[in-house]
Parts: sequence; C-alpha cells; structure tokens
Amino acid sequence: MKRNYLICLLLLMPGQAIASPDVHHWLTDNGARVYFIETHALPMVDMRLVFDAAGARDPAGRNGLAMLTNDMLLDGTGELDSKAVAEGFENKGAEISTSSLRDMAIVSLRTLSDPRYLEPVSNLLAQLVADPSFPQESLDRERSRALQALDHALQNPGTVAKRKLFSKLYAGHPYANFAIGTREGLKAITRQDLVDFHRRYYTADNLVIALVGDLDMAQAKKLANRISGKLGKGKRAELLPQVPAIAADETRVDFPSTQSHIMLAHIAVKRSDPRVFALKVGNHALGGGGFQSRLMDEIREKRGLSYGAHSYFLPMQQKGPYLASLQTKNKQVDEALTVTRDVIREFIDKGPSPEEVEMAKKNITGGFPLTIDSNKKMVGTLAMMGFYDLPVDYLDTYIDNINAVSREQVIKAMKSTLSMDGMVTVVVGGK
Amino acid sequence: MHPVSLLKLAAVSLLMLPIMSASGKSSAENSVTEAMLDNGLKILIKEDHRAPVVVSQIWYRIGGSYEPEGITGISHVLEHMMFKGTSNNPTGEFDRIISENGGSGNAFTGRDYTAYFQKLEKSRLGVSFDLESDRMQNLLLNEDEFKKEREVVIEERRLRTEDKPESKVYEKFMKRAFRDHPYGRPIIGWMRDLEKLELEDLEKWYKRYYTPANAILVVAGDVDPQQVIAAAKETYGKVPSTDVDMPDRPAVPEQNGVQRLSVKAPANVAYMLMGFHVPAVVDQPDNEWEPYALEILSGILDGGDAARFFDQLIRTEKVATAAGTDYDPFARLAGYFLIDGNPADGKTVEELEQAILAQIERLKTEPVSPAELDRVKAQIVASDTYELDSIFYQGMKLGLLESTLFDWRLTEQHSERLQAVTAEQVMAVAKKYFHEDNMTVAVLDPQPVNTSEVAGQ
Repeated sequence: MKRNYLICLLLLMPGQAIASPDVHHWLTDNGARVYFIETHALPMVDMRLVFDAAGARDPAGRNGLAMLTNDMLLDGTGELDSKAVAEGFENKGAEISTSSLRDMAIVSLRTLSDPRYLEPVSNLLAQLVADPSFPQESLDRERSRALQALDHALQNPGTVAKRKLFSKLYAGHPYANFAIGTREGLKAITRQDLVDFHRRYYTADNLVIALVGDLDMAQAKKLANRISGKLGKGKRAELLPQVPAIAADETRVDFPSTQSHIMLAHIAVKRSDPRVFALKVGNHALGGGGFQSRLMDEIREKRGLSYGAHSYFLPMQQKGPYLASLQTKNKQVDEALTVTRDVIREFIDKGPSPEEVEMAKKNITGGFPLTIDSNKKMVGTLAMMGFYDLPVDYLDTYIDNINAVSREQVIKAMKSTLSMDGMVTVVVGGK
Repeated sequence: MHPVSLLKLAAVSLLMLPIMSASGKSSAENSVTEAMLDNGLKILIKEDHRAPVVVSQIWYRIGGSYEPEGITGISHVLEHMMFKGTSNNPTGEFDRIISENGGSGNAFTGRDYTAYFQKLEKSRLGVSFDLESDRMQNLLLNEDEFKKEREVVIEERRLRTEDKPESKVYEKFMKRAFRDHPYGRPIIGWMRDLEKLELEDLEKWYKRYYTPANAILVVAGDVDPQQVIAAAKETYGKVPSTDVDMPDRPAVPEQNGVQRLSVKAPANVAYMLMGFHVPAVVDQPDNEWEPYALEILSGILDGGDAARFFDQLIRTEKVATAAGTDYDPFARLAGYFLIDGNPADGKTVEELEQAILAQIERLKTEPVSPAELDRVKAQIVASDTYELDSIFYQGMKLGLLESTLFDWRLTEQHSERLQAVTAEQVMAVAKKYFHEDNMTVAVLDPQPVNTSEVAGQ
C-alpha cells in the first residue's frame, strides 16, 4: 500500500516546467541553414550536415547513386587519398560517418572542441564536402561493397519484406527506392554520375547544419561559415512528387526462414501535416507505446505469437508510411495476421479509449526530457527540425502541442489517415 | 549502408559486451558515490547534472555463463518473467506505471549479468525504486504466463539466431572453441533446453540469485547522492537478504591444435569467424598489462578506416568487404579474441583467412609504428570525453564491472592502462597467443536462398 501511496504523491505534483535548450537559427553567408545549441558541459562538438540528396533523388537507372556519392565524400580531396582522409580524422580522435536515408543525406562529425582538434578536423570536412575527388579506384571498391551489402540485405527475411513493402506502397514514386539501390543501378553508376550528382545537390542552399556543443555564438558562426564556405550557393532541391493513394494489396514471398516477417503499411502523412501530434498520441496506444500498446498486448502478451509487434508513423517531406511489423513462426502467420488486422481495424473505427489517450500523453510529455538529454540526441533533433523546416520553437512548444491533443482529434486524424482499404500487406517466410 | 563487420554490429547488441570500452578519467572518480546497505545491496551513483533526467539500473550477478547444460537460457527467460507481476503489482502494472510516469525501461541478459533499467525525469526516481525492490522479492511465477512467455522467447531465438546465418556460425563457433565451458553456451539458450524448461527451474533460479547481496544498484543522472541512498534504504533496504552460493570458476578446456568448422545456411554472402584464447583482466595477477595490450592491438587492426584491416584488407588488397575484431578484457571467466570478415566478390574465405593471418604475422614480427600507436591512443583520449555524453553508458560501465569483476574502479584505471601500452607489448601478446594451435576458424557455407523474390529488385 505504501508503494501506491508514493506513486500517487508523485503524480499529484504539479508538472514541472522543463526548460528546453535555446535553439539559435541563422543562415551562413552563402545561405546554408544553421541550427545551434550552445552547451559547455563537455569539451566537445557534434555536427550534423544534412543535404537533400538521398535515395529519393536517385536518377532513373542509377539506383544507389545518392548513397554512393554520400559515402564517397570521405574517399579523398585534393592531394589527400582515402587513407589520408581517414588519418586526418582518426589521428585527432574525431569520429566521422556518413549515412543516406530516403530524404536525408547525412555527414556526422564528433570532435573535441579544443582548437587543436576542431580546426584541422573542420577544415578537412569543409574541403571534403565541397570538393571530393571521387577516385575511380574508390568507386570500384565501394560499388563492390555496396553490391555485397545488397546481397546481405536480401538474405534477411525482414529486409526482403521491407523492400517489397516499399515497392508496393510507393510504386512509381521515388520513395520506392532503397538507399542502397539495385544491382542494375549500382553497376551502371559512373564517376561522372557522382560528379554531376554532387554538383547538383551538395550546395549551400540545399544544406542544413546542426551544431551542438562547446562553442559560443561567434565560434559557431565562424565554424558554420567554414563548413559551407567552399560550397557553391546552388539551389534547394525541388519538392518531390506527391504520393498517390493506393488500394489494399497482399503479397506473400517464399523464403527459407523458420519465421515469417509480417508487415502492414499505409500511405500516411507529411512532416508538415498538422495531424502529426494527434497521430503520435494515437500510435502510442496502437503500436508505438511498447507494452502499453494494443499490438504488443494482443500479439505478444495475450497470445505469445511474436517477440516484437510495433507500429510507427514515418513522416517525410512527402507522405511517409504508417508501418506495423511482427514476426512469428511460419505456421502461425494466418492467426497473427488476423489478430493484427483486427486490432488496426478496430482502432481506426473506434479510436483509443480516454484512458489510452491520457496514458499516451503522460508518457510522451513526461519522457520529453529524455529525448534531448545528450548532445547526440540534440544534434539529431536539430537536424530533423532544420531539414523539415519545423519552427525554431519546436522544442519549446512540443509538450503543449501534445497536451493539446484531444481524443476526438486522435480519432479524426486516424480515420482521415488510415483505412483498411489502403493497407498493403507483405509476408515473407517459409511454409 | 556498407557492409560492417558483424562483430561491430554485435558490439551494440545488448547480448554482448561493447568492444572498446575505453573509459573513465579522474573526473569520473570524483563524482561516483559508493554505498552499501545493511542487506548487502551495493549502490553506485554517478552524478551528471546536464539534463533533468535519471537512469536507474539494477544489476544481478547472474547470466548465461552461470547456467549448466540442460537449462541454458534460463536467466534470460527469467528476465522476461520479471515483467509478469508480483503480489503487489499484477501483470502489466510495472510497465504501465513506468510509462505513466513518462519513463521507458527494459532489461538485458548477458553472459555474466542480468540488468533492468528505467530512464525517467529526475523527480520520478522513487517510482523505479518501488517497483524494482518489489520484484526483487515478490515475483509471482504463473504457469500460464510462463507458457506464453516461453513461446515469445522461442520466437526471439528464431529472430536472433535460427534465421541469421552469422549468428548460427557464432553459436556453433563458441561451442567448439569453449566446448563444455560455460562460454560455449548461448545466452538465449539451446532450443532443446528452452522447449523443456519448467516453472520450477525458474523458481529455484529466482530464489537463488535475486537477492540484495547479489545485486548492484546504479543510478546516473541529475541526482543528489544522499537523497538517492536515503530513498534506496526505504525501498531496497527492506528486502530481506539471503546468502548466495556462487558456482566455481571453471577452467577453459585446453586446446591442442587448430579447430575448424563449417556451417551451412541459406545465405548470399560468405563469412568467416576466427578466434584465439587469450587472457582477461581476471586472469592476470602477474602480467596485468596483457589484456590492455590486446585492446590496443584490437585498435591497431580495427580502430577505424585508417587502421590495418580497412587499409590493407579492404582498401589495398581488396580481399575483404568487411573485417573486424572483438575483445572484452572484463569478461568474468575468460578472455577471447575474435576476428571476423566477409571475403570480397571473387575472393574465398580461405584467401581472406590467409590475408588475416598475414596481418597477424606482421604484428608478431615488427613493432607497430609510433603513428599507429598514437592514433589508437588519441582515439581513447577522445572517447573518454565522448562517452560522458551518454548518461546510460556511464551507468552501464559501473554496473558491468561491479557485476562481473566486483570492481567498478577498474574503469578509472582503464585509460591510464591503455595509454601505458608499448609497441613491444603489442608484439609480445601477438606472439604469445596468436598461433595456430590456439586458433578456431568457422566459415559460413552459403546455401541458395530459394525465394520467390527476384534478387536485386
């Protein structure tokens, strides 16, 4: 009894106002958008550069070009070959990496803030991003590695399912494309393709710089100008085409695995859609809230059918998907699929209970400080805000935006976004 | 999304230890508060006031390496059952209360420990203490819940091992390298053991190991240590203690010659895993520098794209598309050094093995260059700072060392020990341990992935 008393007491405490960090926003001299949080607690700097130059920008017949371009930024510049570049970062203890998603082509740098490290490392990064040499030898090597990574991806039933799902959901749209590309696309890519793609998309206007760490405003401005300074001004990539709605569909793929991977998806919303907060609350109850969600409860807790059962919305520049997934031994596929569909259908029809809405809001708002409790998390959030043109007060208003969501809004948002008539199903597994 | 050495991927999986856990500075020392409750519960508190959050972790000295054959996987199944309710909190309450308080949490089972954690806004720490101290003593093990959860764990095993070719290779490799030693047993358990595990086994396991004297509470975040200790006394302090009888530390079976195995599985990409028995910190009263020299050696081979594996095997010789190393100096029972890789297109696993052995030969015959040594050490210095960015990881390091080796202070000396390693010491450990009679090699023999999906689409 004492235990419950203590918890009630905590819940009765007035919600503490959580101060979110100050976000500074400006443009560099040549137009790159900068988002900066100043924090001197640790002598380090995290930087994330995001170009609108990822998989969705792959030209026809060159699937994989955006990823290879992004990856090969680190393969040399001027006199420096790829080993010299690696030494330039690693000798200073800096961590550099690239990654390419559907919307975002990312370069991440983590370094100590002492100028003895920060200066040489940021100079090198600026030069690489603006003037990569794309050596033919590196292209051959990285293409070969990419082809093998593709083979590797296709020996995993979960990845096969996801690729199939996106090809169905986004047939004819750039989002159907996986960053890693296709065998034919990768084989066709030439060095000139890399050069052209880089010239078009790696420009100041097409860049967001997220910065977090041990810098004052003057230092941050200087650093951001240094990073973008060598880039051409260029222009922002044009908007991607609208995503057409599609009808429900089911595909089964035979695969030599003991489990079947089940995925259901629906075309959903853009990042700029005002319904994202209501959908966030709704999905918490449906499939995003771990053991507090209906999918986990019905699939795992009540029936022991799967280790995981989740769903999420992935809003992007254009309409991203709603995606639910689980895995179960092959002979249980039909049962698991029926339960999953019943849960989603009922949720679209009737929405969450008032208690579920309350739980979701308490978890999301109460857990907000945890989403920005490190430099790494903050730099990721800043990059996302900048890339999708979210307001600079996004963090300040986040809790209010979630708290403002009503049950009616959740029901309306869910109904206007999802329907079983547009739900695409893919099952990959054995018999 | 290029090929990454599977060992690097494994390093982030919670079933295995992180690879290069280079660590703590003296600044960390000043802010760790240590306490012991009357019932034997050890408390470690790491202050970090950057954000109004707290991580609470409770570590038990129990895991895969404590399990005899026949009940392998039991520690992990018990971890799952710990979420199934107590006499005070029925099934589902634990997670509901944490969630309602804006928290998130989970648990993980390793070879040498089982840990439960919650991340919360700092004023909610008491919620974690109430719930964790409750399930330390009042767990209800219910037959129906158990039967469902056993199926969940079996599905987890399918997901993690049965349908993952490299995981299958790893499992069979470790069994060959360690034979009857506990490190030869998979943390998740053999399928045959999971299928016949019984509730009674779990009850015994819970009674034997879940007690304050066998647990460590680690709290990291924006807290006042004295308040944390006072709150712990009110909650964990009331859990009665029982004696723990720990199993003996078994010897690693002697290996007298190279061991090879081949594993068939549906796959598109060939894979090779190689390993050597080496010491860990626990073995080394005399030659205590050896584990640290092995860590530096690991960095020389695999510490980035300027390191030898990437530079030689991938960039220059083009014999591999990925290659990596893994070594945990802080294992409880024994050290082991692993190397893995994928041969490049047109190359065989045999050619990859020869190229790796040539790199090993080079380590034995010439000292690593000052530039390479400096680079690895610069990376360690930097990572000492970088890792302070993660509150969870700061707690994790303390819990790992205190649960496996009864000595969290090893983190404090870790960086210093690594900085002291010389090129001669790296050569010495290479010569002493990396020889054929001490080697085990497993290869994946890929079988056609018969699928109705068109490859490459």
